Amino acid sequence: MTGPGRKAPATPGRKAPAKSVAPIGAVEPVHAVEPVVAVEPARLRVRWLAAGVGAVVVAVIAGLALGPVGLNPGGVFIELLDLLPGVHLHSGLSASEQAIVTQLRLPRVCLGLLVGATLAVAGGTYQGVFRNPLADPYLLGIAAGAGLGATIAIVGGHAFAQLPGAGGSGTPIYVPFVAFIGALVAVTMTYALGAAGGTARTPAVLLLAGVAVTAFLTAGQTYLQQRYVETIREVYSWIMGRLTTAGWHDVLLLLPFAVITIGVMIGYRRQLDVMSVGDAEAESLGAHPRRTRLVLVVVASLGTAAAVSVSGLIGFVGIIVPHTVRLMAGTSYRVILPLSALFGGAFLALADLGARTLTAPDEIPIGVVTAFFGAPFFIVILRTSRRL
Amino acid sequence: MRRPVPTIASAAVLAVLTLAGVGLAGCGSSGSTSAAPAASASSTEAVTYPVTQDGTTLSAKPTHIISMSPTATDMLFTIGAGSQVIAVDKNSDFFGANAPATTPPADIDAFQPNAETIAAKNPDLVVLSDDTNKIKEALVKLKIPVYMAPAATTIDDTYHQMTALGALTGHPTTAAAAVAAEKKAIGDDLAKLKPRTKPLTFYYELDQTFYSVTSKTFIGSLFGMAKMTNIADAGNASNPYPQLSAEVIIKANPDVIFLADTDCCQQSAVAVAKRPGWSTIGAVKEQQVVPIPDDVASQWGSRVPKLLDTIVTESNAAPTS
Repeated sequence: MTGPGRKAPATPGRKAPAKSVAPIGAVEPVHAVEPVVAVEPARLRVRWLAAGVGAVVVAVIAGLALGPVGLNPGGVFIELLDLLPGVHLHSGLSASEQAIVTQLRLPRVCLGLLVGATLAVAGGTYQGVFRNPLADPYLLGIAAGAGLGATIAIVGGHAFAQLPGAGGSGTPIYVPFVAFIGALVAVTMTYALGAAGGTARTPAVLLLAGVAVTAFLTAGQTYLQQRYVETIREVYSWIMGRLTTAGWHDVLLLLPFAVITIGVMIGYRRQLDVMSVGDAEAESLGAHPRRTRLVLVVVASLGTAAAVSVSGLIGFVGIIVPHTVRLMAGTSYRVILPLSALFGGAFLALADLGARTLTAPDEIPIGVVTAFFGAPFFIVILRTSRRL
Repeated sequence: MRRPVPTIASAAVLAVLTLAGVGLAGCGSSGSTSAAPAASASSTEAVTYPVTQDGTTLSAKPTHIISMSPTATDMLFTIGAGSQVIAVDKNSDFFGANAPATTPPADIDAFQPNAETIAAKNPDLVVLSDDTNKIKEALVKLKIPVYMAPAATTIDDTYHQMTALGALTGHPTTAAAAVAAEKKAIGDDLAKLKPRTKPLTFYYELDQTFYSVTSKTFIGSLFGMAKMTNIADAGNASNPYPQLSAEVIIKANPDVIFLADTDCCQQSAVAVAKRPGWSTIGAVKEQQVVPIPDDVASQWGSRVPKLLDTIVTESNAAPTS
């Protein structure tokens, strides 16, 4: 988004459109000349960046200090310092309390940050690529593909366990990998279907293809669940979100995917701004919307697939966070994507804190928390803001 | 587009599945023994019909029974009505203490029951544990008698269902003997229980995301009979099947861990020990992680004494804390 008198370069060496960019949406508003959206700066303001970093810090501190088990905050802090190389301190925490801090809360907070950031940035990217405010990271069938992949892996694990000599034990450790493959297959199917019949892969066609692929794969998952009903409990456990059992293994699994895909998506923030005026106009400005769309769809899908494969299906993050950022801090993707990474991570880490403390010692599925708190918060933002 | 928001529904499904134990009981451990007496499949008892039990009235002795519940199947064979059973649901794999050489076909889907499929077998009694998809109403419309044997919440529910099925199927005496034998076996189990100055604490795991049971459940009540303290009781009293937080379990430091997810979810003592932070738990350090076959853990039929015997044995074996 460029503001009046602030023609920020869309790509190196090129000028952004002089006119204000309309908010994302498949249909241009009739009153597109409304200048409201144009007053926001295209550049990320330091105060919002500080707010994002502050949100992450608050989420980390709260996520580590609070939980269903009451721990001495000072002890928790010292225990964390003790993790640093060359530092040897006695926190006063018992062995089980130390394990709670270092092996449960810390990896869970880290995974929440990574998953939340990935889903939020992917959501913002999808919204920009498809110019559709309802786009979310699961748009192109990723959730259905990952769900089917996980189901196949779990069913396969049970079948393997029943083979002679298998030792009676399935191997659910490969579930995330198969879920990841399933998600990528789903996106590939959507993209292939989007070009079927000789039509171009327009955003609208891709969206419809995503709906079709989602329905198809969901039906496959449902069939498998009914056919192998003894696995249904494990499948649902996976679908409901896996932060509950997160460990360092999951963090390390996701970390490279999250860092790379978030980095690439944020790197394309200027091109997304240019694309928001439409393909034809973007091309006239020297951009390559089709190529950019392909790259971003692949990267966002890869990041989402990686996140889903280790965390299960967690909704709302990819919708709520980018829109909230857009409404509060600005409509340029140079603002939306970096802040979505920060606020998305903080949001999910805090949602996970709510999941494990609101009804302690019981847990609440994190998807329930993100929906219960995210949706009303989003409505408040909508009602108090003039922008969308 | 599929959104994961309906996790509430998913949670409800999981809770219902977990609660009822239906269908999850189908895997493993066929051929286990029960404490119930051996019942003759050909035994005949003089019973005057019509007979009414819990709202179900039969005008004649049923000879074409369909069981839609693994526990009901167990009970029917235990009370001597096995020869009258013509079909069972796909998850029924335990046919009482003395399983017949030829068991009825297990070809009915209890999760997606179809009234036409059931009616095609011309049953004169259908035993259900859940009214899935309003199957009871559909069968009643087809003039097929239905007996509901829902998941027991107390051991008395088990005795009541066995007695009622005995009356309906023409085996009241055998059913009474089976109930008496089960009561005696449970009494014998509890008599073996070693007294402790401090009750053992335990964690009962339904799945690897830490769903558990409180003492308000049937399975939870068995541990209460064995004088053990359930760490899940500390939570929300209104939820009998809570999902505990891992850190709560670690902090509670249970003396014994019972795994009821060995078949469904491939959990084991080794897998538990590998979980982050769980090596600090006393039950893991003392190797007091006890696997229980999923079906034994989720049924309320003739194998309850066997389950209680496992609980008592592990309680006696656990070191004094």
